[in-house]
Amino acid sequence: MEYLIPIGLFAGLGILAGVLLTVVSKAFAVKTDERIEAAQEALPQVNCGACGFSGCNDYAEAVVTKGAECNLCKPGGAESAAKLAEIMGVEAQEAEPMTAFVRCAGDCNVTRHKYDFDGIQSCAACNRFYNGSKTCTSGCMGYGDCVKVCPQGAISIVDRIAVIDPEKCIGCGLCAKECPNDLIAVRRKSQKVEVICSSGDMGRLTREICSNGCIGCKMCERKCPKQAITVINNHAVIDYDKCINCGICVDTCRVHAVKRI
Amino acid sequence: MKEFLIIMLSAVFVNNVVLSQFMGICPFLGVSKQLKSSVGMGGAVIFVMVCATACTYPVYKLLELAKIEYLQTVAFILVIALFVQLVEIVMKKVMPPLYKALGVYLPLITTNCAVLGVTIANIDNGYTFAKSITNALGTGLAFTLALVLFSGVRARIADSNIPETFKGVPATLVAASIVSLSFMGFSGLFS
Repeated sequence: MEYLIPIGLFAGLGILAGVLLTVVSKAFAVKTDERIEAAQEALPQVNCGACGFSGCNDYAEAVVTKGAECNLCKPGGAESAAKLAEIMGVEAQEAEPMTAFVRCAGDCNVTRHKYDFDGIQSCAACNRFYNGSKTCTSGCMGYGDCVKVCPQGAISIVDRIAVIDPEKCIGCGLCAKECPNDLIAVRRKSQKVEVICSSGDMGRLTREICSNGCIGCKMCERKCPKQAITVINNHAVIDYDKCINCGICVDTCRVHAVKRI
Repeated sequence: MKEFLIIMLSAVFVNNVVLSQFMGICPFLGVSKQLKSSVGMGGAVIFVMVCATACTYPVYKLLELAKIEYLQTVAFILVIALFVQLVEIVMKKVMPPLYKALGVYLPLITTNCAVLGVTIANIDNGYTFAKSITNALGTGLAFTLALVLFSGVRARIADSNIPETFKGVPATLVAASIVSLSFMGFSGLFS
């Protein structure tokens, strides 16, 4: 009897708990589509949000249930697109690998600072004080707002400007959304020519404050065989869809603001 | 009525389960990164604490009747595990984003010493059923208060410029100790 009571009591408690849990788990069962799990596995799970959905699992669900396109995943590229297409039983579409590039080369060797910034160490905060602490009002401030959002750790601050490692970059574009000066372009990995300045100042002022600046002389614009490079807001801008990477603009530029990379 | 109020207030402020008694530190540090997840976690813990107390009280009376009080720990853990499992099943269905945000910390409520602590403290203090429930509710609220307060502190830490060596866990622990220090101001309020 001494042994039976505790055993009986615990058996009773256990059975009660078992019955209750079984009933509740039946009542609150979650139906999952097998394809959603398969789609989740096909994605790289970096949750960058470049596809326009809030994370890989959300995108996987959208592909299966809402008929979203299969090639929206930028980090996964062609591989993920092919796997998703296989799961959904449709033809795979091409997804070209993308990478981000910072269109500013105004590091601490070529520009100066107007004042010492001692507030919250973020570009967005610094930008509120006279458009940043650097003499150039449209350049990279180097407080690393882009570094903080990068899911891959591809961005580093070198000589107080952001530099993106194209090997690590997955082209999600989170940094481009974060940059207060809109300096980061997300374009095809195969792009070989870049303008390294986004200054909105007049040519003479730009050269005074930064020796890497574009002066907006329009020489490249005249020489480009495809009209892919135009001067907008006092600096050259490349239309990546038209550019054929011929490099004529690089040779034409007298201030070396267009570079091969 | 006055007694209940004292039990409640002393559980929330004076003997705050996390900040004065240092119980349940793991979810306190684990899920206090965002306000939303800390409120969710607090709600789950309140539910488990109140339900577990409501069940462990009669269970303890049963054990007492059979003169096997030494099995108290096993019986209490069983009851707590049952309610944690219930919360998990229901939350997975009703609030999938919160379920994902809480991750492994949700099943870890099972071995959250704050939950077992409150059920045992109720027995040890000889509380009646109503007082036990009040104490459990107060302790749950105290846990939620600590998490919510600390999530605010962590939001500030994330924005501040702290030395490289302190970044991450060290800064969080230092901040936790300072928040705990502030609760020392309540000590001796009711005695």
